[in-house]
Amino acid sequence: MDQILSVLPDDAVWTSVGAVADIPVLGARVVRTASGDVALFRTADDAVFALEDRCPHKNGPLSQGIVHGRRVTCPLHNWVIDLATGEAVAPDEGRAGHIPVRVENGAISVALGLAAPAQGGCKGGCHV
Amino acid sequence: MDMHHPLSSPDGRIAAQDAPRKERLVVVGNGMAGMRTVEELLAKAPDRYEITVFGAEPLPNYNRIMLSPVLAGEKTFDQIVLNSRAWYEDNAITLLTGEPVESVDRAAKTVTSASGRVVGYDRLLLATGSMPFIIPVPGSTLPGVIGFRDLADVDAMLAAAAKGGRAVVIGGGLLGLEAANGLRVKGMDVTVIHLMPTLMERQLDPSAGMLLQRELERRGITVLTGADTAEIMGGERAEAVRLKDGTELPADIVVMAVGIRPNMALGKAAGLECGRGIRVDDAMRTSDPAVFAVGECVEHRGVTWGLVAPLFEMAKVLADALADGESAYTGSVTSTKLKVTGVDVFSAGDFSGGEGTEEIVFRDAARGVYKRLVLKDDKLLGAVLYGDTKDGGWYFSLLKDGADVSGERDTMIFGQGFGGADAGNPNAAVAALPDSAEICGCNGVCKGTIVQAITSKGLTSLDEVRAHTKASASCGSCTGTVERLLAVTAGDAFKAGPAVKPMCKCTQHSHDVVRAAIVAKNLRTMPEVFQALEWTTADGCASCRPALNYYLLCAWPGEYADDYQSRFINERAHANIQKDGTYSVVPRMWGGLTSASELRAIADVVDKFAIPTVKVTGGQRIDLFGVKKEDLPAVWADLNAAGMVSGHAYAKGLRTVKTCVGSEWCRFGTQDSTGLGVKLERMTWGTWTPHKVKLAVSGCPRNCAEATIKDLGVVCVDSGYELHVGGNGGLHVRACDLLAKVATEEEVLEYTGAFMQLYREEARYLERTAPWVERVGLDHIKQALVEDPEGRKALHARFLFSQSFSQDDPWAERAAKGVDRHEFSLLAKVG
Ligand code: SRM
Ligand SMILES: Cc1cc2nc3c(=O)[nH]c(=O)nc-3n(C[C@H](O)[C@H](O)[C@H](O)COP(=O)(O)OP(=O)(O)OC[C@H]3O[C@@H](n4cnc5c(N)ncnc54)[C@H](O)[C@@H]3O)c2cc1C
Ligand code: SF4
Ligand code: FES
Repeated sequence: MDQILSVLPDDAVWTSVGAVADIPVLGARVVRTASGDVALFRTADDAVFALEDRCPHKNGPLSQGIVHGRRVTCPLHNWVIDLATGEAVAPDEGRAGHIPVRVENGAISVALGLAAPAQGGCKGGCHV
Repeated sequence: MDMHHPLSSPDGRIAAQDAPRKERLVVVGNGMAGMRTVEELLAKAPDRYEITVFGAEPLPNYNRIMLSPVLAGEKTFDQIVLNSRAWYEDNAITLLTGEPVESVDRAAKTVTSASGRVVGYDRLLLATGSMPFIIPVPGSTLPGVIGFRDLADVDAMLAAAAKGGRAVVIGGGLLGLEAANGLRVKGMDVTVIHLMPTLMERQLDPSAGMLLQRELERRGITVLTGADTAEIMGGERAEAVRLKDGTELPADIVVMAVGIRPNMALGKAAGLECGRGIRVDDAMRTSDPAVFAVGECVEHRGVTWGLVAPLFEMAKVLADALADGESAYTGSVTSTKLKVTGVDVFSAGDFSGGEGTEEIVFRDAARGVYKRLVLKDDKLLGAVLYGDTKDGGWYFSLLKDGADVSGERDTMIFGQGFGGADAGNPNAAVAALPDSAEICGCNGVCKGTIVQAITSKGLTSLDEVRAHTKASASCGSCTGTVERLLAVTAGDAFKAGPAVKPMCKCTQHSHDVVRAAIVAKNLRTMPEVFQALEWTTADGCASCRPALNYYLLCAWPGEYADDYQSRFINERAHANIQKDGTYSVVPRMWGGLTSASELRAIADVVDKFAIPTVKVTGGQRIDLFGVKKEDLPAVWADLNAAGMVSGHAYAKGLRTVKTCVGSEWCRFGTQDSTGLGVKLERMTWGTWTPHKVKLAVSGCPRNCAEATIKDLGVVCVDSGYELHVGGNGGLHVRACDLLAKVATEEEVLEYTGAFMQLYREEARYLERTAPWVERVGLDHIKQALVEDPEGRKALHARFLFSQSFSQDDPWAERAAKGVDRHEFSLLAKVG
């Protein structure tokens, strides 16, 4: 069945990036874009989420973390990030950039233009 | 067949002018959706149309869903007929069976059947259903390869089953499992091969899928998950299925049940707009206003459907449209039940959720029950039930109605009957259990026995209940239930014991309880642990999953399939992640020895991949820092080519064996410390342990290899070897304890293997040997290794056995064999 996560403007530009089957269950893959890496996560129940691949703490690559439930644990210092919103789970504070995802027929597309910006953490170009 | 209107005179033209001719409705497809539409239409506008129905199957309309019980011998075909031929006659419907329609001429408004019959229509209804999807592997067209769609397929399966033999069912979804069950009941030897890791993954989450798999296996069905079909082998007919991993499964019959394809060929050829199915609007009208479509052959708002409930909703709307009404079909919420007698599975709605969803998970290991509800904004979004589906209907109605469940939220997982005065009190659920309910599975203790012991003996603590009844005394997974029973029965007198520290927030059990239960209850996969020990989350967390993965790997060597998604990134990528997201690479240098050719290969790799930093580590080897993840397999390939393997600098496993020069060169050396170090490293490399392990061998008590602050250090002396254990540098420096003194290298190896295995089997995940030795005491370790030579030998043998499965270089597997390729490549590059 199709999974459409939130109500978005009709004119959203969707970029197709691959298939759900290409991402391991409870895993992630990286999409390289002009504005930085985007991590695509797949949960146990095959929901797909996209976050900018930078932890709001110190830019850790979230794509390399362990996915559990609807969250990912950052590989560098164990912040836990909510996949659906990019929010860090309390007590940590901050938000990873969050990108709308659409899954149709097992094919994933992302609306890069509609990314919700990151909040908190280091915004410098430590690594992209 | 008389195609004339009953009122028409011999001269049709004139009659057509005087009496208004009925409109002609032609239905293509005598299946469930088409006939439901006709039934609805007859109820709304009985005399409106002159109806002709074409059916490709030579049969009256039957309940396709019930083909599974027919296969299993629980029903006969006559029992599943929906509308007999008499019904068509009574309603003046012309039924043409065994006569598929081959083309539609929309300009002339006629259809032509395979027998050449041409019938005109005013309105046309396409209800052609769908076809089984046959994976186009070599051999898929051989006789003996069938789908599961119609009575002919069932007959073919029954004919094969009558001869006994073996069946392979490709596809572990609803249809595949119902076919597998039927064939098994009919006496065949059945194997289900399923591409995904768990069964029915579209309807069930992994926990429920695992329970289902266990149950089917208990019934004698072999289930292979993660299995991909490469080819169907055979000459005249199918003889075997070969999987991509090379496994060959002999088969007398192969049932393909991997999915369905909407049957839209007729609509497409007629020039109707089609996507995945024939496109229809909310009134079920196609791109041609005179042509309608319904059932599995349609695509509505981008969605196709494969269950009857939505098709019946469509049929209602469509009948209304045909009677000039104005209702609209806007999509459906569906639920699924598996029709395998004695297996209760239910799922409904969307349990993939989305932003802001919450989950409620309930597990009752003793009864084999698993329930999971997904909520959002106080509404139920999805439900998965296994083992106890009696509340499925209630959840489904809450879900369909979009009811506000904030009032029931705390107790709804216990079902509809639960609530009222006791709402919100989990003790009430326990109080409601019958006396015969088994509470402790390990010791077979039921509720009545425990309650009786509490009241007659005046028990007030968990330990007392354990002592008197044995309940909760083995694996401890029922501890929570027993405590609730105590609270309910003993009331205020009940004293909760000192809380054990749970592994993490997903469970109330400690590391030790979980480890013991894995062995005692024969738990072989992570979902089994979650279920048996009543995990409160669906798939654990970043803290328990790596621990469970290790415990399972240690308990079931060679059997447990390592779950890389449960490993920290360093162990998943076989390199150490750095603060900038690059990786470091440390090849093994056995015992700290290297050679010109190894150094040359390292230098070449550094140049070729522009590796920014090269450093000699504190562990006597060389670390290459700043390697891009995508480059890792190529870097490893070059290092492998020079004979080097992974140094596991990233692993909770053996890191280094540090040595000094020893008797070969050093004027003080008493033994060949370098050679012994190499032997130790050859024996222990590749192992997985609770935390990292470092060994060292010093050639004399001057101890240049710092052997007495290692997990196990050997200090050579004239008369033999001193074995020191439980030391480390790091945050809290701890010098080793002396374990024993032995005379030969063989003994050093045996003691080391045994020590490694004792640590592997007893320590908690992320507990290094130093805190472990302090916790259990040196005496315990001496007891096991020094005072019990038989036990030591057995430990050593178990270590070597598990090593036989783990000494494959992970770098070579990834560089040359392409394991986990997805880990090192981008999903896409855009913009
Ligand atoms: C590279 C190296 C430092 C160096 O340049 O020499 C090093 C580097 C790291 N050490 Fe170490 N340790 C290195 C030798 C040591 C030593 C010395 C030794 O082994 O003789 C120690 C003290 C001895 C000991 O372990 O008891 C040491 C005690 C630690 C500790 C503290 C362990 C403890 O039990 O308290 C950590 C933290 C941990 O493992 O949780 C640590 C963790 C780390 C990590 C893995 C930090 C991390 O998690 O990212 C560093 C990663 C390096 C990388 O990316 O490759 N490293 N580390 C050494 C690699 C040795 C090797 O060849 O594999
Ligand atoms: C074994 C089995 C078990 C199932 N179990 C369940 C279940 O438990 N719950 C559930 O909700 N659903 C279940 N289903 C699915 C359900 O049966 C289908 O969703 C439903 O039958 C679809 O109805 P339909 O009218 O679209 O297609 P069908 O019932 O397949 O009817 C289409 C008919 O059109 C005929 N046809 C095709 N092309 C032509 C042509 N050119 N000319 C003339 N006739 C043509 C076909 O021969 C067929 O008879 C099951 C299906 C199977 C096979
Ligand atoms: S001592 Fe600290 S900074 Fe240095 S390598 Fe070890 S962990 Fe990293
Ligand atoms: S960078 Fe993610 S937790 Fe520190």
